[in-house]
Amino acid sequence: MEWIIETEGLTRFYGHQKVVDTVNLRIPRGCVYGLLGRNGAGKTTLIKMLMGVIFPDRGRIRIRGKDFSELSPDWRQNVAYMPEGHPLFGWMTVQGAVDFSRSFYPAWNNDLVLRLLDHFKLPLKKRIRSLSRGQRAQAALALAVAPDPDVFILDDPTLGLDTVVRREFLESLIQIIQRSGRTILFSSHILGDVERIADRIGILVDGVLRVDCSTEQFKESLRKVVLEVFWNTSMLARHSWLVGAKSGSSRCELVIAGYNETHRAQLEVLAPCRIVEIEMNLEDAFIEYTRSSNNSVHLLFEEHSPGGAK
Amino acid sequence: MKVIIETSSRVPVYQQIVTQIREGIARGLIQVGERLPSVREMSRDLVVNPNTIAKAYTELERQGILNTRPGLGVFAAQPRSELLHDIRSERLKEGIDRLLTEAVHLGFNREEVIRLIEDRSRAFQWDHSSTPAKKNRRD
Repeated sequence: MEWIIETEGLTRFYGHQKVVDTVNLRIPRGCVYGLLGRNGAGKTTLIKMLMGVIFPDRGRIRIRGKDFSELSPDWRQNVAYMPEGHPLFGWMTVQGAVDFSRSFYPAWNNDLVLRLLDHFKLPLKKRIRSLSRGQRAQAALALAVAPDPDVFILDDPTLGLDTVVRREFLESLIQIIQRSGRTILFSSHILGDVERIADRIGILVDGVLRVDCSTEQFKESLRKVVLEVFWNTSMLARHSWLVGAKSGSSRCELVIAGYNETHRAQLEVLAPCRIVEIEMNLEDAFIEYTRSSNNSVHLLFEEHSPGGAK
Repeated sequence: MKVIIETSSRVPVYQQIVTQIREGIARGLIQVGERLPSVREMSRDLVVNPNTIAKAYTELERQGILNTRPGLGVFAAQPRSELLHDIRSERLKEGIDRLLTEAVHLGFNREEVIRLIEDRSRAFQWDHSSTPAKKNRRD
């Protein structure tokens, strides 16, 4: 399998605070990777390191198999980057922004840009500062697509967009995905979008990549299990597969990652009066994962299929 | 037929597509032999990753509900008869038993249930060519 983005032990401090902690990320060609995490979890810092905007304190980054420091400008052209908030110069007109960006790229598909701007109904003469947030996002996407890159790194591209514009943005993204071989890494807070678009999801919790698996596997393997018991439930807390546990007097709720028959059997041994298994939707699963304080939490990693990992 | 994706659901997206297409064919909303949208078309319409659509189609093909004719597209297949009649009726009996259990607990009587089944079955597409007594060979 060809890895487009690979990081090894990527770590970054801001002062004494470790904002990105030993992240090992591997994204194969053609994959759409949704990066999730609460505010301040380290998503933007991770993305900025991938783009070389800031440098890691430890660890390595390889883009398409090459060490980041060896990447020539030609190579970098193949990577489109949409920073958070779509920063463009407000005083430029849309046409001006197109001309400005174009000057940095030998390969520039101007036809495509014009078609996209037309499709988004963005007037070329309008100043960037007078565009709505949604229009800015669309302008930024048109500019990002123009050099015909095959890697897209999008930092919360739908932030602040209304539902309709967001859907249109996703539709454009689907078109990009359909041009085969395009690899996309995007961060988002909107789980429904991630579920529609992403093949794999990664969840950063306090700088640590706690989940890295296919979207379905994440959804399928996380269970809330309600146990009714007569004994103290605190003894359960040491199990590594436990995401979180809440206990009442005779009832406790467990959230278990990678739930399977073995877990069931282990719970049966505890002789509860009742075991109820509840499936969770992506949002519930995400919330359980990111607010859990259990540091020994099971890291949910699934090998890439097919072909397997090295 | 329009597939509707609910992202807040507990059911994975590909599974939602599988269920809805199965039901669409059973109800005659998709006719046997009809061409389904391509992976690309469906991906665009539903705003869902094409790989997810492809996974749903592969699963439906594995279940014998769709078949792909290379170069032509994906089509709704003849309802499966390649399984032995006994196996098929075993599978159906399991479903009926589940339904009857539910009906008893909901407080219905036998006549009401039979009438309701009669009633609901009109919304589905039935294969009139096969006689009830027919035993299928395994070929």
